[in-house]
Amino acid sequence: MRWSDMSVRPDPSSQLTNEEQALLREIAGLMIPASETFSIPGADDPLIHADILASIGRDLGAVRDALTLIQDLNPKNAASVHGLLQSARPDLCASLISVITRCYYRDDRVMTSIGMAPRSPYPQGFTIEPSDFDLLEAVKAGGRRYRLLPEDEEKSKPG
Amino acid sequence: MEPVDVLIVGAGASGAAVAWSLAETRMRILCLEQGDWVRPGDFPSNGRNWEERQYGDFSISPNRRCLATDYPIQEDDSPIKVANYNAVGGGTILYAAHFPRMHPSDFRVKTLDGVADDWPISYKTLEPYYELNDRMMGVASLSGDPAYPPKASVLPPLSMGKTGRLFAKAMNRLGWHWWPSDAAIATENYDGRAACIHLGHCIAGCSQGAKASTDITYWPHALRKRVSLRTRCRVREICSNKEGMATGVVYYDESGKEQFQAAEIVIMACNGIGTPRLLLNSISNRFPQGLANSSGLIGKRLMFHPYALARAYFAEPLDGYRGSHIVAWSQEFYETDRSRGFVRGFTWQFGRGQGPVQTAMSGMGWGRIPWGSGHHEAFRRIFDRSAGMLAICEDLPELHNRVELDPHLKDTHGIPAPRIHYRLSENSKRMLDFAQSKATEILKLAGAQDIVTESPLSYAGWHLMGTARMGEDPRGSVVNPWGRAHDVKNLFIVDASVFVTSGGVNPTATIQAIALYIADQIKQRLANLFDD
Repeated sequence: MRWSDMSVRPDPSSQLTNEEQALLREIAGLMIPASETFSIPGADDPLIHADILASIGRDLGAVRDALTLIQDLNPKNAASVHGLLQSARPDLCASLISVITRCYYRDDRVMTSIGMAPRSPYPQGFTIEPSDFDLLEAVKAGGRRYRLLPEDEEKSKPG
Repeated sequence: MEPVDVLIVGAGASGAAVAWSLAETRMRILCLEQGDWVRPGDFPSNGRNWEERQYGDFSISPNRRCLATDYPIQEDDSPIKVANYNAVGGGTILYAAHFPRMHPSDFRVKTLDGVADDWPISYKTLEPYYELNDRMMGVASLSGDPAYPPKASVLPPLSMGKTGRLFAKAMNRLGWHWWPSDAAIATENYDGRAACIHLGHCIAGCSQGAKASTDITYWPHALRKRVSLRTRCRVREICSNKEGMATGVVYYDESGKEQFQAAEIVIMACNGIGTPRLLLNSISNRFPQGLANSSGLIGKRLMFHPYALARAYFAEPLDGYRGSHIVAWSQEFYETDRSRGFVRGFTWQFGRGQGPVQTAMSGMGWGRIPWGSGHHEAFRRIFDRSAGMLAICEDLPELHNRVELDPHLKDTHGIPAPRIHYRLSENSKRMLDFAQSKATEILKLAGAQDIVTESPLSYAGWHLMGTARMGEDPRGSVVNPWGRAHDVKNLFIVDASVFVTSGGVNPTATIQAIALYIADQIKQRLANLFDD
């Protein structure tokens, strides 16, 4: 068996059907709904949904399986979708969470709302508070911590 | 193809170090690497999808990445899954650059604790090579750590930030050891590398070039010394003659064409999975069990480092996704104390928080963030407010933990893939439980409001060790104390396959120190290198 037979590499010719796309969007909205309190869209927002569809990549098979299973389980609400899927197939549940959150939490509106600048880490980077090495005085006071070898113990004996 | 004097297979941590060191001999040296060069501009932290790509083309799992440069690993029979990267730089492209050395005691576990075997070399043997490697990789550290014999600092230590302060105070209250981590990350401009700007995404590659991966440390120096490096060349087997000497390798070049490269010396640097795979694939009438395998030990004694994770959520904002993953370590429980119920020990790594995607994924996975109403409030309660501890546990060698060839699975060139079988030992399980229990104690003292634990971490098989161990006795080891195969006098192994035991620390510093040591042994013995 060659690797291509078991590969999770995305097949560009393959994509979700219209029905699967609609169900995925519904599930995304159930997982992460819009919030008036925080003035942010849900994961079923058109821009985020389009990003999710374009970014499924290696998870296409898992997402398809998850959606099929959800249809079979026929859950009533977000909590039951999560609960049923998690108990039946935690691996598929994790894949579904992954494809949705990967796109939701890089949306400009969402990043701004959680206090992040909507940018890549490079090239600006970030700032970190400097170290307080005075805290090490207690550790230093404890003396040597590594284990001596028998020959080193012999050498360290007085006289 | 013109014959070469030295052929190195693999351009990662050890292959780069041995290539650079041997270059001064002016021998004709060629390295074959199945991966590509990775350009800094290709790393995820250049883009808005920086978190997404660590689940895609920069995943630590080759079975997830499935790039043309990868090979598959059958790992269904292992609770710990392999992490690697195939490129110039190898695993150093996708590592955290946590850079502890092993301890003097790690080389003497049989003598000290009556378990496994002593190494045929010591900390003192490797000490000058650790020092040289620290300079080549540009290691940031704070000298004076009482957990180690004295060692010099090359660059100032990384900033520990809010997270480090929080852990430090808790550890001081307990009176337990901690110290800022040694890290192969440039804290100042160093040897052509720019200083760290806290991108916070070290494991998926450093766009700044501050993290020491060997494509930007050893390789530029080796190439300037006229070492040749051919990428996208996947070695299928090492060839040997009737006299039992290696004659060269058969490999597939970038176009997929089969080639033969003759060599006087062959050096394996393919990690603890890739090296046994290649040796087991190199069968002949003289070596029917695989090359250099008269001991039957090639692929046996596979060691990972089982990890126990404890992640906690705090009331105050911490460093979050900013800065290096790891800020400090503790070796309070590194040495054997049999009253704990296990032998040997572990290092704790104190780490920072997570990006928003990882926060949401792990938060939902651990039941801390609900689906539906309440999602946003719960996310905000934990985002930027988490810190983690990882216990990296010493894994003792056991014969049943092994790498072999899968009878069915092959890579894209049709070369049999490795299959691993691995079981956690009772000693490891007790060590993991102990580490989790103590981590919880620390995190509570640090003010954690909520703690989640996971053990062993599945996707954490970064450290691949022990599958072609070194030793004096040809019946009980694959290579001699200076890295030459007992059975094949011109075959050397310089990666973590030669480890006798694993220690309880990240192995890269030791891997590279061993590669430099073996290179020196070769240089000192050139006149009679192949003698008995």
